[in-house]
Amino acid sequence: MNPVSTPAAPVVTHHSTGLQPGEGAPGTMREHHDHHELGFLRKYVFSVDHKIIGLQFLFSGLVFLVLGGLMAMAIRYQLAWPWKPMPGLSWMFPATGGAITPEFYTMLFTMHGTIMIFFVIIPLLTGAFGNFLIPLMIGAPDMAFPKLNMFGYWAMWPAFVLILMGFFVEGGHAAGGWTSYPPLSTIESAAPGSLSGQTYWLMSLTWVGVSSMMGAVNYVTTIVKMRAPGMTMMRMPLSVWGLMIAAFLQLFALPVLTAASIMQLLDRVIDTGFFTPTNLIVNNLTPDSFAHGMPAAAAGGQPLLWQHLFWFYSHPAVYILVVPAMGFTSDILAVHARKPIFGYKPMVYSMAAIAGLGFIVWGHHMFTSGMNPALGMSFMVATIMIALPSAIKVFNWLGTLWGGRIRLNSPMLFAIGFVSMFIIGGLSGIWMAATPVDIYIHDTYIVVAHFHYVVFAGSMFAIFSAIYHWYPKMFGRVMNETLGKIHFVGTFIFTNCTFYMMHQLGVAGLMRRTADPYAYDVYAHLQPLNEFITLSAFCMFAWQIFFVVNFFHSLFWGARVGRNPWEANSLEWDAPSPPGHGNFDSPLLVHRGPYEYSTPEVAEDYLPQTRAV
Amino acid sequence: MRLIAFLLLIAVPILGVYTFMTAAEHNWWFPPAYSTFAPDIDWLFNFIMYMVAFTFIVTEVALAWFVFKYSAKRHDKGVFTHGSHKLEMIWTAIPAVALLVIAFTQMETFANIKFASGFPTQGRFTREKPIAQVWASQFDWRVRYPGDDGVLGTVDDLEAAYEFVVPVNEDVVFELRSRDVIHSWFVPEFRLKQDALPGHTIPVWFNATKEGSYDLVCAELCGWGHYKMSGRVRVVSAQEFEAYQADLKAKWFSNGKE
Repeated sequence: MNPVSTPAAPVVTHHSTGLQPGEGAPGTMREHHDHHELGFLRKYVFSVDHKIIGLQFLFSGLVFLVLGGLMAMAIRYQLAWPWKPMPGLSWMFPATGGAITPEFYTMLFTMHGTIMIFFVIIPLLTGAFGNFLIPLMIGAPDMAFPKLNMFGYWAMWPAFVLILMGFFVEGGHAAGGWTSYPPLSTIESAAPGSLSGQTYWLMSLTWVGVSSMMGAVNYVTTIVKMRAPGMTMMRMPLSVWGLMIAAFLQLFALPVLTAASIMQLLDRVIDTGFFTPTNLIVNNLTPDSFAHGMPAAAAGGQPLLWQHLFWFYSHPAVYILVVPAMGFTSDILAVHARKPIFGYKPMVYSMAAIAGLGFIVWGHHMFTSGMNPALGMSFMVATIMIALPSAIKVFNWLGTLWGGRIRLNSPMLFAIGFVSMFIIGGLSGIWMAATPVDIYIHDTYIVVAHFHYVVFAGSMFAIFSAIYHWYPKMFGRVMNETLGKIHFVGTFIFTNCTFYMMHQLGVAGLMRRTADPYAYDVYAHLQPLNEFITLSAFCMFAWQIFFVVNFFHSLFWGARVGRNPWEANSLEWDAPSPPGHGNFDSPLLVHRGPYEYSTPEVAEDYLPQTRAV
Repeated sequence: MRLIAFLLLIAVPILGVYTFMTAAEHNWWFPPAYSTFAPDIDWLFNFIMYMVAFTFIVTEVALAWFVFKYSAKRHDKGVFTHGSHKLEMIWTAIPAVALLVIAFTQMETFANIKFASGFPTQGRFTREKPIAQVWASQFDWRVRYPGDDGVLGTVDDLEAAYEFVVPVNEDVVFELRSRDVIHSWFVPEFRLKQDALPGHTIPVWFNATKEGSYDLVCAELCGWGHYKMSGRVRVVSAQEFEAYQADLKAKWFSNGKE
């Protein structure tokens, strides 16, 4: 390592402070510039501080996590005991004696998926941790565009309001699946949720897109322009790489979703017919008697167009859901295994490869859709090859653990859990990628098992891990270890009981999105297995009380810690816990990469990036 | 915690493999395979499963073992290494080859089922002369047979609801259509799924190998009644198929419909 490299000293004007070029490189900031106290509203509500904005994303994400989780419980209840009065919700359904209605069920899984993806995982990974970590990890005083950053969070509020309003409109919320395939989603008479719930859904998602776009612009600019002196790209922690790659995915893919949502909105509101074919008869209504969703004249639209546009965004989006999580896991494994990350460059390249390939695989969601089957072949090869960078990452994580001095604390346990679960989610993906096998397993529970292993057991475990790991930096206190370990053990067991058995349901051919599959002879024997899954899911949900109690208890009564409780190397641990406005209180000069653990250069088993040797 | 973590992590491959091995006993496995290409699909599934199981066991056991071994209390430092170029090459090249093998093994079966070139050209039913048109709509299945003249869309067409009757051991081609939203035609025993796309006529073929009546499942969300959009596919002998057609014709034209 060069002790003093030639830093691409980023010189930018800092808008909020009016810091001029030459006044000091960012990162060498600047507590004394900010003497004035901000009022409560400016400090905690309309804040331009990336750390507060990160926490705002964190708290709203966790609130929506509870909502999405409750919906999952309702879905599981119905699948275990179909049409039995539903505890807690039965008052809404006097006509059926308390059992939920089938249209309510379709709304439940639609909104469960929507909320978990767009209001929980993406905001938690990129919104909460992206905001909190990027400036701290690269040694910047704040984001490149602090006001845009604030607006990025506040653009989520119209989305929050619209998505919640949708529950109270006539016909209920959107019920066309989180994929919202037209014509089901565009024609009002096709489903109760397509009356106006779908309109709220589309408008809400457009706002989420606006927020993500502003975040992504900010992250990329900040990472490219505002690194501390000496922080070369190849000295950045893998979390920052993961977040930057996810931001690039957002930048390139989101415009397509936004355009597609607006097209669907136009189809619904002014009957443009982008996605509506000619001569439909829906609900025994002929086209000219539809209220909305299809012009009286021939429409000539194409339902597959939506699927292409939607998956062109939403497949990269599932990598947005996991690539930052891979970054966090890499960092946390290295810190608590006291080992340099094994194969730093292959880790960076494999994340980039996953993202790059992610743009040419969207058609694997459409193998049975009626798309030209010849296209299926090329999508299959590209999709199967995504397993390669994923495998490289797993091997490198194992290499990182090998020969380490592992500290089995809560963040480490969840990070190890992520690796264990991601292996399952990654490997089961190969079945889905294989076109002939997918003819059978498409839209079965094996798909449900696969993406829950990646997004819940994967990304959500990484989020738990990241919360335990960076909590001391966020609040200056550490979370309770005993409660954290209890939380891990139960969550790990019940997660596997819940999602592993779904593979079996899928192999048996059970369809997803069916309110009562046992009406079919071929599925009738699967009810006991579903009951087991439901009970496991209930236990898993209830078990999160250990996390909630720990989180809020530690906020006020957790043990106070200093700057670097984990003895970690990356820059955020140089800042006070919690960091003040402007983050760092002394000038930063980065001498090396973030993974010099157990180095023979010094007596300790860690060597911070800023320490000169 | 060290032992608990080890037991949790090692339980994943042990119970994971055990679940798959005993799934068939519990009937949590494939329904019987009753079409000509169903065994091919099962074989490909199993082929991937064995490749995947090998990787799964190796990585999960290594993970559990590393966590156990290297979390022991020690006062020396960890191994200081930034990686190994040689290992990276090995674990890039081997999976790459394995994945390409998997990908190329799949192609023939898929082409056979879905490509135009895979469709039967001999026999009674071809793309030009399908056995029937199957219509999906919220929330039922309807079948239109071409009748005596063998041409769809003529006055002697015969219609049936709910049940699609086909002859056994014979290549059958039908046209799949939807009247309203997207549906999907799925018979688990045949391992065959095809979305019905409004505005499109999609040809589908299969060859059922065992007589019987099978669930026809809608596999694409189509509205509130999606869960109950069921039908049957009844596979009968060639003679019974002729008798069924005659019967249908008698019923259809005696109802005063014509």
